[in-house]
Amino acid sequence: MELFRGVNVDWLRLKWYFLGFSLIFSVSGLISMGYHWTHIGSPVPLGVDFRGGTEVEVHFTQTPDIGVIRQAMDASGIKDATVQRYDPTRPSLNAVLISLPEQHNETELEAGQKTVLDALNAHYANPIVPASTKVDVVGPTVGHQLERQALLATLYSLLGMLVYLWFRFQLIYGIAAVVAVFHDTLITVGAFALLDKEISLTVIAAILTLVGYSMNDTIVVFDRIRENLRLSRRESLPDVVNRSINQTLSRTVLTSGLTFLTVLSLYIFGGQVLNGFSFALVIGILIGTYSSIAVAAPMLVAWQQWRASKGQAVVLPAARRAKG
Amino acid sequence: MNKNLNKKIALIIAVLLVCVYGFVGVPQGVSGKAWLDAIGKRIHLGLDLRGGAHLILEVVVAEAVGAETDDAMGRVQQDLKAANVTYTQVYKPDPAKQPQVVRVEGVSAAGSASARSTLEDKFSTQYDVSSGGSDGAFTLTMKPSVQTALEQKTVDQAIETITDRVNALGVSEPVVSPYGLGKNEILVELPGISDLDQVKSIIQSTARLEIHAVVGGPYKDEQEALASTGGTLPPDDIALHGSGNLATGSDADAVYVLNRVPVVAGNQFRSADPSSDQNGRRAVHFTLTNDAGDKFYDYTSKNVGQSMAVVMENRVKEVATIQSAIRDTGEITGSFTPTEVEILSKMLRTGALPASLNPIEDRTVGASLGADSIRQGVTAAIAGVLVVMAFMLFYYRGSGINADLALFLNLVILLGFMGYTSSVLTLPGIAGVILTIGMGVDSNVLIFERIREEVRSGKAPSAAIEQGFGHAWTTIFDTHVTTIVSAAILFLFGSGPVKGFAVTLTFGLAANLFTAVYVSRVIFDWHLGRLKPGEAISI
Repeated sequence: MELFRGVNVDWLRLKWYFLGFSLIFSVSGLISMGYHWTHIGSPVPLGVDFRGGTEVEVHFTQTPDIGVIRQAMDASGIKDATVQRYDPTRPSLNAVLISLPEQHNETELEAGQKTVLDALNAHYANPIVPASTKVDVVGPTVGHQLERQALLATLYSLLGMLVYLWFRFQLIYGIAAVVAVFHDTLITVGAFALLDKEISLTVIAAILTLVGYSMNDTIVVFDRIRENLRLSRRESLPDVVNRSINQTLSRTVLTSGLTFLTVLSLYIFGGQVLNGFSFALVIGILIGTYSSIAVAAPMLVAWQQWRASKGQAVVLPAARRAKG
Repeated sequence: MNKNLNKKIALIIAVLLVCVYGFVGVPQGVSGKAWLDAIGKRIHLGLDLRGGAHLILEVVVAEAVGAETDDAMGRVQQDLKAANVTYTQVYKPDPAKQPQVVRVEGVSAAGSASARSTLEDKFSTQYDVSSGGSDGAFTLTMKPSVQTALEQKTVDQAIETITDRVNALGVSEPVVSPYGLGKNEILVELPGISDLDQVKSIIQSTARLEIHAVVGGPYKDEQEALASTGGTLPPDDIALHGSGNLATGSDADAVYVLNRVPVVAGNQFRSADPSSDQNGRRAVHFTLTNDAGDKFYDYTSKNVGQSMAVVMENRVKEVATIQSAIRDTGEITGSFTPTEVEILSKMLRTGALPASLNPIEDRTVGASLGADSIRQGVTAAIAGVLVVMAFMLFYYRGSGINADLALFLNLVILLGFMGYTSSVLTLPGIAGVILTIGMGVDSNVLIFERIREEVRSGKAPSAAIEQGFGHAWTTIFDTHVTTIVSAAILFLFGSGPVKGFAVTLTFGLAANLFTAVYVSRVIFDWHLGRLKPGEAISI
């Protein structure tokens, strides 16, 4: 069985559509991030890992009543607690997530979780299953340190990839690939902002995964371009790029499809803990595949045409011979 | 079948066996449970997967610096007095924000030169001495390098103490290490612990090593000890067993009767170091805080010739005779071996935390919740991988077997790596595994698509395979190296979750280069050797 045999699509002719599509998603993501910025002080809703605060997940022996739990919190003088039913897909867990907002004072850290549990014991006659309790208490400084460090590590790793691609291909390849990856990250994070989903540490792991995945996809296309440029030096760059995308299309669709399938199964069956993680991957793989065709490759062509329009020598950006 | 191919197959089987050993070891039986137990011993799950407590504690190093400058203040006063220099006061201008600064004021003009030389003489190795601002004022600022070293030592000591205490709790596989994100932070991970309050009170408690006056002992056992006090223990006394750990004559069965109220409490030790006495015998040199020093002086001057006991964790570690009055520094001598001195001084040091600890993050995951999340996640992941494998068989027919074998072997090697390096598998680590699987499948797809292209252009099977692997190799090499480069950087600069991701990804991709290219090629070659002339390959 074979898919996409002898496909011949002029991808570059679609570049304005691609640009429009990317802009719509990036900009709407950015707008949503701006909205969050003015309301909660960060571009995306942050999980307790980054925001700091207290989160207590409690499993009850019987079906919990959210209203009564709220009353129990009020009765114990706990203000601003949000109480929500956790993991609605599995009601048998009887789980409830109680969160307290960020504490600005490190010494208040301790108090939160204890008062919550005490309040439940005192005012709610529904015993807690102790082995299933999950408590996260994060001080504001740790959250910010983590945030900064995760960001820095990601930026350094992008720089590392840029340098490697510069060395193996040419600088413009590296730039195009990094721009494409950045585009994917922006849109994925934007999707979190749009859907008001929290970014937690596991979501960061997913974003790192999508960076790796999208980079992989882009390099496969670039590699074909490099090979084809070496084989047929007389063909114009747009033709070579189109042909390379078409030649790798079958592999792109297969790989993306299969990875997408794995991630989708994680999203559907993986439970609440993995929800944010697998959501980021579901979006990321779609966008990552799209960007290698719609962002990275057209950038190469645009760069060359820009150089030509400036009257500089038209250099095909693929002089270096691959060793491997 | 040629000899070369046999060698390659032998290599693959060897790698496979070594890796299986890496994550299984030698199971205690053949049942499924024995295997699972064996794997559980080798592959360590992170706290997010198996449940437990995770704490980040900040060591308040300013306290240690403050204690050091407190001590310096006392010495400055003594030294200036000894040099006959008059002054109005020695104080810390801002003890909260600048614990490293000590200021001397009101030194008379006549004594100024002598004060300067005294201060520089005694303190210039550790402090920058400057004559500051007003007349007759001097400022001693702890040198930044000294301060950094002191802070580092404080954190190291705190880690040592916490490790001791955690071990005393009997937690299996605890982690106590510098956290590395912020300054002076310690990460404590306690698998299987869900009652954090109790653990925290033990970790953060300070006083545990004490010096008590000895009322009587050693006695053979508790009854003999009681008999010595007339059948019942007076309310002021306690009876404690020896520790039996040190070769100082305190064996585990011996019982001592001690004064209940300690002469020196655990939080009153400032430091303890190995040293030797005037006769060259090895000793442990300890320093007490100022207040405790005064109290200790009172006690020892009144009780020369009496015994006192060093008590730790409710056991008598050491009994010594008071030979002369001691103030804040003293020595515990005996016929020590170097290791014993090291142990004893460490014990004295770990008896008390060098500075208090400030919890800045704590998380607990209930054991069953951890197990629940892993079960769901793993089930979903396995389902996903099975679908992928089935599809590869369907789409690439015979060659799909190659891909599936390579994928399977990839996971085995990855697990083997993790077993050998005792890495910890966390949720982000599983993300790394997913990317590895994705790229593993991708490598196979790249190769197979290339082989199909070559077959389509009319090449013979062996040539098509040769060319397909050759062309795909460049791509696979570049994608893998790029990703490994980025994973290595994430490993270097990242912490915790980011690191966990980087580790599995790096191992996984390295394994994938071997399985998707080398192993898959060997399988093709083996298959080619069995093809009849003119027969096509199944791809």
